[in-house]
Order: sequence, then structure tokens, then C-alpha cells
Amino acid sequence: MFVAPAFAAEESETNASGTHTETGVAHDAGGGAFPPFDSSTYASQLLWLAITFGLFYLFLKKVVLPRISGILEVRSDRIAQDLDQAARMKEEADAAVAAYEQELADAKSRANTIGQEARDSAKAKADEERRQAEEALGEKLSEAEARIASIKDAAMSDVGKIAEDTASAIVRQLVGSDADKTALTVAVKAARG
Amino acid sequence: MANDPIHQFHITKLIPIEIGGLDLSFTNSSLFMVATVATAGAFLYLTTASRGLVPSRMQSISEMSYEFVANMLRDAAGTQGMRFFPLVFSLFMFVLVANLLGMFPYFFTVTSHIIVTFALAMLVMGTVVAYGFWKHGLKFLGLFVPHGVPGVLVPLVVAIEVISFLSRPISLSVRLFANMLAGHITLKVFAGFVVSLASFGAVGVAGAVLPLIMTVALTGLEFLVAFLQAYVFAVLTCMYLNDALHPSH
Repeated sequence: MFVAPAFAAEESETNASGTHTETGVAHDAGGGAFPPFDSSTYASQLLWLAITFGLFYLFLKKVVLPRISGILEVRSDRIAQDLDQAARMKEEADAAVAAYEQELADAKSRANTIGQEARDSAKAKADEERRQAEEALGEKLSEAEARIASIKDAAMSDVGKIAEDTASAIVRQLVGSDADKTALTVAVKAARG
Repeated sequence: MANDPIHQFHITKLIPIEIGGLDLSFTNSSLFMVATVATAGAFLYLTTASRGLVPSRMQSISEMSYEFVANMLRDAAGTQGMRFFPLVFSLFMFVLVANLLGMFPYFFTVTSHIIVTFALAMLVMGTVVAYGFWKHGLKFLGLFVPHGVPGVLVPLVVAIEVISFLSRPISLSVRLFANMLAGHITLKVFAGFVVSLASFGAVGVAGAVLPLIMTVALTGLEFLVAFLQAYVFAVLTCMYLNDALHPSH
């Protein structure tokens, strides 16, 4: 309710004369109609609406809307770009983790191999030494056995001689004459089996 | 004058201009059209001037109104409808800011005059008809013949469709105009009661509390209506534009 000076003056005059009504007809400056239906103001309203709305439309279309859509586009591009970068970084991090784990597994298997090798070589060395020791012992054993056998053989061959001597001595004592040497030898041999 | 609820709708000449017998004066209505356009334009222009990647509060308002209208139009008329976005956005902002400016005491409400709302409605319908015929030729008339209607009923249905189409600009303009007019008259009447009752002394002042509360509540309601009517106007514009884009039902 914008009040122009001229109109205000007229209004106060109307109020002063006491013809105040709720309908407003008495105040109508331009012909008594209800203001929105007062067709005498239509031309002016249409003209100024066309001017103001037309300029508004052009201003929005040429300046404001391209700017806002630009802002929104830049933002969505930026967000997409940031998301891409985040995804790429995540991939890199994943790759680094995978590489680290691979390396760890390699190191572990290498350590196992080294350990295994050391164990194997130690075992082989121990085996070899035991084998050599056993061989040496075996040799000594067989030597000893051979010596025992030779001593036994020698002893055994001596036994025949002693038996013959003893037999001839006994025969001499009993018979009073020397026994036949060949018969004695045969007899001793037969007795020894 | 103080209690006259119609007085706020009077148009007064500020700069008399008369061309060829036509009264084209710069009036209070013209002044508020300029104010509406200047306010809306300056707000949108200045708040987006920094082009912030992270928007300030004010820039958010501009962006939200942009996306609000863009989604409205895309939902109603599809992506093809976006060619009309500047028109729909201008209409929405113009009606919204005109309605909101009208809420200031002593301010004139541009949209409370039927000729203004009717002109805006005719702008929409003119766009619909012109674009419809330009794009689809005579097929645009298929708008009035829905598919799957039995042959006998076609004349009746076509008559109904034509009448409903013709009544669109009237309903579109009267809805906005009547809401603003009625709201402002109601506010004025209740505010007038406060003053009238208060002039009856102590009892009157006590009694004036009721219309005062009513006035406060109505003011809140009117802000809602101011936004709602701008929204309704824009939504219906989108739906009518959809007819121009896709005339077959």
C-alpha cells in the first residue's frame, strides 16, 4: 500500500468528511471500480510487467543461470575427480600392502629354505662321520677277528701236534716202544673229527 | 483509510505517462515490479559472485532455488523440458519475490492484481501453444484426443479437453491473484480490529489481544501462502509445458 502524496491528501480529506467505508469505493481515485478490476490501469501494468519481467528473464538467462549451472558443474566435476583420486590412492595402497605381503612371504620361505639347508647339511655331515667311525670300527673288528682266527688256527694246529706227542708219549709209557707215527697222526685226526 | 482493507490494492501514478491515449504511467505497481526484479536479480547475482566451490549460506539459497526449480521441471517434463528452464525459473522467482515483498507493511503486492497474474499465465499458455505447434505441427491437437477412448465418446471427451485447456490460464491466474488478494484483505481486516478495539479503552485493549494473535498467526500463514503459490504456479507451468513437449497422452 504505497501512498503517493496526492493520493494521501485526497484520502485524508475523505476521512475528514466522515465517509469512511469498508468497501473502499468512496476512496477510488480512478473511477469507482475494485482496484484489481479497474481496467484503466491494465495498460500500464502490462507494459511495466513486460519491461521488468522481460529484462529479468534476459538477465537470468544470460547471466545468472549460466553462472549457477557453471558453479554446480564445477562442483560435481570436482567431487567426481576427488572420488577418482581417492579410488586411485586406495588402489595404490592396496598394491603396496600386497607387495609387502608378497615380500614377507618370500622372506619367510627363504628363511625356511636356509634353515632346511643348514639342517640337511648338518645331518649329512653327522651321518658321514658316523659312517666313517663305524667303518673304522668294523675294520678294527675284522682285523681283530682275523687275528683271533689265526691265533686259534695256530693253536688248533699246535693241538694236533701236542696230541700226537702226548699220544706217542703215552703209547711209549704203556707199550714201551714208539708207536707208528703215521698211525698216530691218523688217529689224532680221527679223534679231532 | 486506516481500516480500509481495499486501499492497499490501489494503483497510484508516480510518473504520469500517456502515449496515444493509453495511460502507461509509472505507478506504485510498476515501482514494485522493478523492486521485485531488482531484488531477485541482485540477490541471485551477488550471492553467486564469488562462485564458491563450497557455497556460503546465501549462495546455497541461490543454488537450492536453482536445483529446486530444475528438479521440478525435470520431473514434470523430462530432460527435454530443460529448454524452458529460464522461463520457469524466472516465473518462480518473480512470483515468489513479488509475494514476499508484498508481506512488508505498506508495500504493494504486484501479484494481487489479476491482470499481472493473467499476463503471466498467458505467457505460459502462449509458450505452450506456440512451441506445441512449432514442434509437432497439427499433431499438437492430439492433445485433445486421448488414446483408447471409444469412438462414440470422442466428441464429448474432446469438448471436455478443450474446455479444460482453455480454463487453464484462468485457473492459473485466478488462483494466484485470489490467494494474494484474500490473504492481504484478511490480514488488514484483523489488524484493523486491533486498532478499532484498542480505541475503546482498557476493555478494548484487552479484547484487542485476540485479533492481534490472529494477525500474527495469519502473517505466518501468508508467508507460507506466498511460497506455496509461487511453487504451485511453477509446478503447473511445468506440467503445461510437458503437454507442449509430449502432446499425446
